[in-house]
Amino acid sequence: MFDVSEVRKDFPMLQNKMMQNHPLVYLDNGATTFKPQSVIDAVTGYYTTTSCNIHRGDYDLSFQISSEYENARKSVAQFLNAEAKEIVFTSGATASLNQIAYGYGLKHLQKGDVILTTEAEHASSILPWFKVVEQTGAVIEYIELTEKGELSVENVRKALHEKVKVVVFAAVSNVLGFKNPVKEITRLAHELGAVVVCDGAQWVPHVKTDVKDLDVDFMVFSAHKCCGPTGIGVLYGKYDLLEDMEPVVYGGGANARFDACGNILLKHAPAKFEAGTPAIEAALGLKAAVEYLQKLDMDNIEAYEADLKRYAIEKLKELDHLMIYNAEASTGIIAFNVKDVFAQDAASYLNSQGIAVRAGNHCAKILVQHLKTSETIRASFYFYNTKEDVDRFVEACKNITVENCVGLFF
Amino acid sequence: MSSYFDDPMVLRQIIMDHYEYPRNHELKKQEGYAEVHMASESCIDDLFIEAKIKDGIIEDTGFEGTACTIATSSTSIMSELIKGKTTKEALEIINNYLAMVDEREYDEDMLEELIAFKTVSKQANRIKCATIGIKGFVQLIEESEKNHE
Repeated sequence: MFDVSEVRKDFPMLQNKMMQNHPLVYLDNGATTFKPQSVIDAVTGYYTTTSCNIHRGDYDLSFQISSEYENARKSVAQFLNAEAKEIVFTSGATASLNQIAYGYGLKHLQKGDVILTTEAEHASSILPWFKVVEQTGAVIEYIELTEKGELSVENVRKALHEKVKVVVFAAVSNVLGFKNPVKEITRLAHELGAVVVCDGAQWVPHVKTDVKDLDVDFMVFSAHKCCGPTGIGVLYGKYDLLEDMEPVVYGGGANARFDACGNILLKHAPAKFEAGTPAIEAALGLKAAVEYLQKLDMDNIEAYEADLKRYAIEKLKELDHLMIYNAEASTGIIAFNVKDVFAQDAASYLNSQGIAVRAGNHCAKILVQHLKTSETIRASFYFYNTKEDVDRFVEACKNITVENCVGLFF
Repeated sequence: MSSYFDDPMVLRQIIMDHYEYPRNHELKKQEGYAEVHMASESCIDDLFIEAKIKDGIIEDTGFEGTACTIATSSTSIMSELIKGKTTKEALEIINNYLAMVDEREYDEDMLEELIAFKTVSKQANRIKCATIGIKGFVQLIEESEKNHE
């Protein structure tokens, strides 16, 4: 196991950063994560030492950066246990999910086909499919969640039938943090010939990912949620499916040839999905990020966060005025409310104590209907959070009352 | 009046009171009433604001929805303050209020209990909470004036 105090030294944002005159406790890692120096250096290094475009530059600097860009693809492939040609760089998980819905769903779905999903999906995962439904006449059906809000293999089995062509779900729910049985769900879906689209935004940063073992057809994530830069994400797809998917964006770098009559000969995947100049510095930053995570070891990261979560739940459970919605979920997400206090008021109080959390419905609006609460507070950990962070958080939670929340303004 | 409204305890009590017992907290949805939906893009405040405006007079106000202490109490107080006023008087109150929240010059005497929000800008991200319902009333007033022309 890594030494967290050593790990923290790698992150400039964890050095003496203050918020509201308190040392910052950052518990909004589900939204985005801090960057280690190696990632920052990779990004700024590109602008200070290379700064040239990739592809087809007939000079050394361009050739060199093209190789480095492709090396980033290889690193990500290795991180996911995929082939490099199965890794498409996008602007983030949202773009990846849109590419799959519009590029694969629109092409292959017909009237009456079923897209199976859950009520716990992030807007980025489900809204593109709403549009696909409008255009194809396919329909969306929902897998019932358990009482706790979990996705069970049993309920997936009940919901699957031969009209289901696509199964879309988050490997880890961004609101409740349950680790879903991805491998089993995928096996069941494949028995009926359905394609599995897995949103890995909250999984890939926290749990070891082996796409070959999981056997998912598509898996997406954003770099910035796993110590990488913003503006880049990954679309993993099995190669034959990538080849069978249309690009959403057309342009330079994606076509091999075209003529004035409108004939386009596209390149093969992944290039055909990467029209235009990509976020080159972000690809290099993402490479540094996955290398950083691999050095710590993903199994260690998962175990560390689970331990931190257990520690936090144990302490929070002693507070009678707190309602915790996902005590059993093993990943580092805590969804909770304070009795009689509006979530945003409580989050503002925590801000006043230097603690960053998020209030809201976290984009998973449908799930909120399931939980029977219109809003929750989410505290989300990463491997650089400490038990001291948890202690500060718990102490602050003790004092959340309507009076103290209103008192912030005076 | 200034000493009373300078006491933070009093101001806090005003906000608490209007949060726990919001006034005009129902939608009539009857003839003559106009309604506007104010859903924040950046937070979870989600309010429906209603007013009955006839011949330039705000005869009735109401609101419902899900919102935080600041959004609920500011909307509640404003709903009381502009009820029975002409649209011109109401806009003057509202503009003074918005000026106060924005830390610009304002006339304290017009604002009564709304003075409770004079330090809301200390929490910059909450200014929108303190204005979301009020901006709903502005929309309804502007709409009524447009229809009147």
